[in-house]
Amino acid sequence: MAGLLAVATIALHRGEQINAMWLVVAAVCTYALGYRFYSKFIAAKVLALDALRATPAERLENGRDFVPTNKWVVFGHHFAAIAGPGPLVGPVLAAQFGYLPGTLWVLAGAVFGGCVQDFVILLFSVRRDGKSLTKMAKEEVGRVGGFVAYVAVISIIVILLGVAALIVVNALKSSPWGTFTIAMTIPIALLMGIYLRRLRPGKVMEASALGFILILLAIWGGQWASQNPAVAHYFTLTAPTLAILIIAYGFAASALPVWLLLAPRDYLSTFVKLGTIALLALGIIAIRPTLHMPALTRFIDGSGPVFAGKIFPFAFITIACGAISGFHSLISSGTTPKLISREIETRMVGYGAMIAESMVAIMAMIAACVLQPGTYFAINSPAGIVGAAPETAAATISSWGFPVTAVEMQSLAHVVGEQTLFNRTGGAPAFAVGMAHIFSNSLGGQAVMALWYHFAIMFEALFILTVLDAGTRVGRFMVQDALGHIWEPAGRTSWYPSILGTSALIVGAWGYFLWQGVRDPLGGINSLWPLFGISNQLLATVALCVATTIVIKMGKARYAPVTLVPLAWLVSVTFTASYHKVFDRNPRIGFLAHAQQLGASAGSTSGRLIFNDRLDTLVTGVLIIMVALILVESALEWIRVLSGRKQAEVQEAPFVTTRFAMEEQA
Amino acid sequence: MSRIGRITSLLMAVLREIFDESAYQRFLALSGMASSRGAYARFMREREGTKLRAPRCC
Repeated sequence: MAGLLAVATIALHRGEQINAMWLVVAAVCTYALGYRFYSKFIAAKVLALDALRATPAERLENGRDFVPTNKWVVFGHHFAAIAGPGPLVGPVLAAQFGYLPGTLWVLAGAVFGGCVQDFVILLFSVRRDGKSLTKMAKEEVGRVGGFVAYVAVISIIVILLGVAALIVVNALKSSPWGTFTIAMTIPIALLMGIYLRRLRPGKVMEASALGFILILLAIWGGQWASQNPAVAHYFTLTAPTLAILIIAYGFAASALPVWLLLAPRDYLSTFVKLGTIALLALGIIAIRPTLHMPALTRFIDGSGPVFAGKIFPFAFITIACGAISGFHSLISSGTTPKLISREIETRMVGYGAMIAESMVAIMAMIAACVLQPGTYFAINSPAGIVGAAPETAAATISSWGFPVTAVEMQSLAHVVGEQTLFNRTGGAPAFAVGMAHIFSNSLGGQAVMALWYHFAIMFEALFILTVLDAGTRVGRFMVQDALGHIWEPAGRTSWYPSILGTSALIVGAWGYFLWQGVRDPLGGINSLWPLFGISNQLLATVALCVATTIVIKMGKARYAPVTLVPLAWLVSVTFTASYHKVFDRNPRIGFLAHAQQLGASAGSTSGRLIFNDRLDTLVTGVLIIMVALILVESALEWIRVLSGRKQAEVQEAPFVTTRFAMEEQA
Repeated sequence: MSRIGRITSLLMAVLREIFDESAYQRFLALSGMASSRGAYARFMREREGTKLRAPRCC
C-alpha cells in the first residue's frame, strides 16, 4: 500500500514540488514486490531452480576461477562488477523530461526487464559450466548468434569508451581543481601498485585505504592548485588537449604491466565507488531533499537541449544501466556463475544485484532533480543550443520557463570552485553539483560545497577512467583473440608488437569517437550517448533472444513471455531509436538530416562533421542489421522447436547431485 | 559470535573477495607458496589471464 501511494504520488502530483523520499519509498516497495513475487515465480515456474543440482563452482572447483562462495559474498562481487557510471549518467540526462518518465522506466524496466535478464542469463550460464553469452548464443541459437554477440560486444566497448572519455573531458575542461585531482590519481595508483608488489604483497584493502587517503589529500591539494595561478595554468586545459591526454593514458594503461597501473586503479575505484554510493544513500535519507524539477517538462515533445528526441524511444535508450543493460549479461555469464555454490542463489545474486543497481539510478535521478531546473539546464545545455555567452544562455533557458541568471550561475560556480558551470554537458558536472548539494546539506554546509563537488567529480572521473583503461585492455584481448585465428603470433597476449598494435587499434577506435564528440558544436553527448544506449540495448536484445530460445527448448514455451515481452519492448525501442537517429528529418536527431544541413552551410569544418554523421549512420545500420539477423535466426529456431521439426534439446551440463544438500540433510 | 560480529565478518569477506585478497589466499594455498613478491607477481599474471579479461560494466 505504501508503494502504491508513493507511485501514485510521483505519477499524479502536478504543480507542487515533492520530496525525494516519495521516489525512495516507491522504489523500495516496487523492488520488494518484484523480488518477493515475480522473481519467485520465475525461479519456481520458468527456471525450476533445483536445490539438488551441483553448480560448476562445486563440480569444477579448482581454487582459481571455480570456487563455491558464500551467497552474500557473490552478491557483493557481482554488484561491484555491474555497477558502473551508466546508472549515474543516464538518469541525469533523462531528467530533462522531468523526474517522472525516467523514474517509472527505471522501476518497471528493472523489475520486468533488467533483473530478469541478469537472473536468467546467470542461471543458464551456471547450467552450462559458466559459459559466456557468446558461446551460449552460438550453441543454443546458431553460428550467426555467436558472431553477432561478438560484434555487439566489441562495438559496445568501443562506443562506451568513447562516450565515457567524453564525459570526463566535459567534466574536467577549464577546471584546474578537477584536472589536478584526477591527474594525481595516476601517481597514486602507481604508488599503490608498487606498495602491493614490493612492500605488502596482496594487502589490497590496506593499499586501497591508503590510496583513498592520498586521493582526499589530492582533492584538498586541487583547491590550492586552482588558487595558485602559476600551477593552475598547467591544469587549465581545453577539451581537445584533455582528449589527447586521455587517449595517451588509455594506450599506456593497455600496454603497461597490469600490476603497475590498471589493477591498483581498479581497486581504488571500487573502494571509492562502494563508499560513495553508500554515502549518497545515507545523505538522501538524512536530508530528504525536495525535488525542484517538475514531473514532466516541456521537452517531452522532443525539443530537449540535453539531447533531442521524444520520450519514446529516447528516454528508454538514455537510461540503460539502471533499467536494463545488455552489458550485465556479460558479467552474468563471466566470473559470477563460477562462484555460485547453489543454483537457488542465482535468484538473489542475479535479480537482487540488479535491484541494487537500479536503486543507484534512482539516487542519480534524485541528485539531478534536487537542482533548480534552470541550473540543471544551464549546466547540461550545449553552447550550440543556448549560446556560449552566460547572459545569452541564461536568457534562452529562462525563456523556456526555467528562470536562471548569469549571476546565480557565476555564484554557484564560485561556491563549487569552478570558473563556469555553463555548457558542462555530459551529465557528470550536473550530478556532481546535485551530489555536493546533498552532501553539503548533510555535513559541513555550503562552506565545504567545493570540496564535495570535487569529491563527486573525482569519484565519477576515477570510476569512468577505470572503465576506460580496463575496457581498452579487454578490447585489446578480444581483438588479439580474433586476430590469432588468422595469424597465430597476433594472438599472443605477451608479444609486444601485437600488444602495441592491438592497443593502438582499440584506442584509435574509441579515440575517434571521443574526438568527434569534442569537436561537435552540440556537445557530442547529443549524438554519442544515444548511440551507446542503442548498442547497449541491442546487446540486451541478443541476451534475451538467447534466453527465450533456451526457455522454449526447455519445454516452457508458455512462460516464454517472461523474456519475450522485454525482448519485444527492446526491439521496438532500439529499432525505432535507430530509425530516428538515421532518418529523422530534424537535424538535431537524424544523422543524415544533420549531414544535409551541414552540406548546405558549407563551413570550414563541414566535411569532417558530415563524415562523422555518415560514420554514425553506418555504425547504427550495421548494429541493427546484426541484431535483426539474430532475431530472425532465433525466431526460426523457436518455430522449428514449437512445430516439432526439431527436437527441443538444451546444451546443459549433466545433472550431478550437490554435496551441499547432502551435508544439510546430515 | 554476536549478530554484529557475524555481519562484520560477512562484510569483510565480501570486501576480501571484491579486492581479490581471498583469491590471493586461495592461490597461495593451492600453490603451497608463502606470501612474497614472487608469489604475488605470479598471482597477478594468473589474474590477468582470467579476471582482468572480463569486461567492466558501464
